[in-house]
Amino acid sequence: MANKTKKLFLKTADVIIENKEYLTELDAAIGDGDHGINLARGFKKLKEKLKKQSFESRNEIFKLTAMTLISNVGGASGPLYGTAFLNISKVISDNQLDLDDLVEIAEEAIAGIQKRGKAEAGEKTMLDTIIPAAESLKQSRDNKLDLDTALSDCLESAAEGMKNTIEMQATKGRASYLGKRSIGHQDPGATSAYLMLKTFIKGYSK
Amino acid sequence: MVNILIISHSLKIAEGTKELAEEMKQDEVDIQIAGGINNGELGTDADLIEQKLKNMDYKDGIVVLADLGSAVMSFNMVKEWLPEEKQKLIKLANAPLVEGAVLGAVEASLGKSLKEVMAAIEKKSIINKNNL
Repeated sequence: MANKTKKLFLKTADVIIENKEYLTELDAAIGDGDHGINLARGFKKLKEKLKKQSFESRNEIFKLTAMTLISNVGGASGPLYGTAFLNISKVISDNQLDLDDLVEIAEEAIAGIQKRGKAEAGEKTMLDTIIPAAESLKQSRDNKLDLDTALSDCLESAAEGMKNTIEMQATKGRASYLGKRSIGHQDPGATSAYLMLKTFIKGYSK
Repeated sequence: MVNILIISHSLKIAEGTKELAEEMKQDEVDIQIAGGINNGELGTDADLIEQKLKNMDYKDGIVVLADLGSAVMSFNMVKEWLPEEKQKLIKLANAPLVEGAVLGAVEASLGKSLKEVMAAIEKKSIINKNNL
């Protein structure tokens, strides 16, 4: 299990690094233009560390990811994603994950991000991708859907959430300084969250 | 003596703010900075903040001045990693960086308590520019 998780994080790192320019462009429009650069720096470091080590359990990988992002990103996404992964490391097991587990993981991630960023849904942040994704998982669990359907619905909700940030006005973070002028641009944090989620889901469904 | 930690996205802002504050202090106050990342790039270095908070003398308290988003967020996170007793003696000021650091340096160097320094630099009048 840990080996598969390691591969998943290596893949996630590649995806973020590949999208460095795209994320930075999105951030340049409404923020300080460093989201891609910052995240890529953190994930590049993570790749180096992951490759050097072997892991016994998933939670070690989540913890290493958290601490590496916290120490190397340099922007708010470091503590935000870092705390999310740290929270997940506390609940994730090495068993085959079912929908109950995934809902718990999503809730922990959201709690971690909210603890640091104090944001709610609708403030044009990464949460606008992650909260709809979590809601979708909960619905699928309550409706007793199978895991593959649940994951594909989850990804769809995340994409929709990400796109909905275009019409939102930012009230948190650097973009909030732009006020109404932040409307009309997709949020870089919501986008990086989607890219990660997509990689996790595609990797996990395989 | 209350000591001061300045956290900025920019090393230059942190260094400049420290320089201004140092000029005003009346007695030995330790003014430390955590500015930028990788020796000059813009950003917040959580490890550096942690290292400063671990090494600074905190027995009379540390007043922290931070500029924007991730500086505040990283500080809050690092603070939570410290022992609870120590956390109580480290306060993030609701004050503008430069004014807070300069006035904080004066107040701290006069031997004021943590509470007194915080009260002085959190006064709204600190941002007045038209009645100097």
